[in-house]
Amino acid sequence: MSPDPWVRAYDLLPVMLSVLLTGALVTLQVTAGAFVLAIGIGLVFAVLRTMPARLPRLIAATYVQVFRGVPVLTQLFVIYFGLAELGLRLDPLTAAIIGFGINGGAYLTEVFRAGIESIHQGQIEAAYMLGMTRMMGLRIIVLPQAVRVVLPPLGNFAVGLLKDTALASAVAAPELTFRGRTLVDQTYLSTQVYLLVAAIYLAMSLPLAHFVRRLELRLGRGRA
Amino acid sequence: MGSGADGPSGVQGQSPWPSSLVRVTALCKRFGDTEVLTNVDLEVRAGEKVAIIGPSGSGKTTLLRCIAHLEKPSSGHVSIAGERVGEKLVGGRVVEMTDREIARIRTGIGMVFQRFNLFPHLTAIENVMLGPVKVLRTPRREAEALALELLRKVGLAHKCHAYPERLSGGQQQRVAIARSLAMRPKLMLFDEATSALDPELIGEVLNVMRQLALEGMTMLIVTHEMGFAEDVADRIVFMDHGRIVDEGPPHELFRSPSHPRTQAFLRAVLERQAMAAEVP
Repeated sequence: MSPDPWVRAYDLLPVMLSVLLTGALVTLQVTAGAFVLAIGIGLVFAVLRTMPARLPRLIAATYVQVFRGVPVLTQLFVIYFGLAELGLRLDPLTAAIIGFGINGGAYLTEVFRAGIESIHQGQIEAAYMLGMTRMMGLRIIVLPQAVRVVLPPLGNFAVGLLKDTALASAVAAPELTFRGRTLVDQTYLSTQVYLLVAAIYLAMSLPLAHFVRRLELRLGRGRA
Repeated sequence: MGSGADGPSGVQGQSPWPSSLVRVTALCKRFGDTEVLTNVDLEVRAGEKVAIIGPSGSGKTTLLRCIAHLEKPSSGHVSIAGERVGEKLVGGRVVEMTDREIARIRTGIGMVFQRFNLFPHLTAIENVMLGPVKVLRTPRREAEALALELLRKVGLAHKCHAYPERLSGGQQQRVAIARSLAMRPKLMLFDEATSALDPELIGEVLNVMRQLALEGMTMLIVTHEMGFAEDVADRIVFMDHGRIVDEGPPHELFRSPSHPRTQAFLRAVLERQAMAAEVP
């Protein structure tokens, strides 16, 4: 007779944990890589989006519309399978980082733009009158102040991204969800494995959310 | 920046007023369909103090902002120290200046705003040091000494490590003046520098401005403080509906204004001030 699944799961726990934690590490890698990429893209396009000239604004707006208007899973498929067809073979991990990065970049463009626009016009004018160019004013005066405004949505984005990377399992990136599915295929312990997967996601996202809140409180100090 | 008569950009070069620091010529500014400035001509000589008065919406602030190139003139132009602001000659054609060239011209102009516009994420001394350190590339230690000296001058050395939110309006405005002075400007623009202040804080800012005037700074002052204007200015310019309507030395303009519009404006202002003075 087959033993009770909970007993089996208990016996297999060390093995399962080691497999899943390897996956969790990849999840963190995808999250961190995509997060950094998205911030870089978001910053550049937010600055373009707030330029006085029309062309850069148009380019940035188009980017946002396109990448925000297509599901991230579709974007992953295009990057992983579509580009492979054209001869550019990316490994799943790289594909996932790029996919989530450019998708998140579109989202963060809007977040950063709102942050820049929330800073009173008088601030950049004061910077101009000290002889700063627009770029200097943005870098030295506007962005440091916009960070406070942007931090809560940026934190939400990071937590959301951590969970969304589960979609990378669809392009066989060996992250947490993918490892979980493989384990279920091997052990048939779907309830136990997926509960464990859920617990590991929580163990990562809760501290992240907590960290963001702490950072918010710290940066909020010294200014009303 | 270029000096006086031999302005480097060559757009003008034929200046008949070699000592004029600011020259505004046939300046017009429209926002959409509204004409805010109509054909304004103005000369300010080096060392001169000019007060611009007039009712709200008469274009005083816009004129100042055009001189600083925070607004682009719709037509006409502004020259500072013989150099056109915002335009230059390239191969015989007038083209717009780059961001960087305009920034270079602005290093010679200080501007004090109605809403102070101090940088809230920096302390008082950091606000004052920022321009010299980031723009003029002054060594930090030197900039710090200069900033401290300027804060002392405006009576705020003891507040040098305070953030703007911890300062009163009058103190913030004095830090803002120190911040402008740190760039060692040739010209200071004051855009209603005391209009946002509580009445009892106005005096401390005016005193700093008066001190600056005594030191020979060229000043263009948009103000509603008639007493101060009469005291400090060499010349009063009265604006109404986007035009300069009347102009002259303070004693002439205030004692015997020739233009009926000036008369009406001054009567209204002086009546209001008399009423305010009666309140115990």
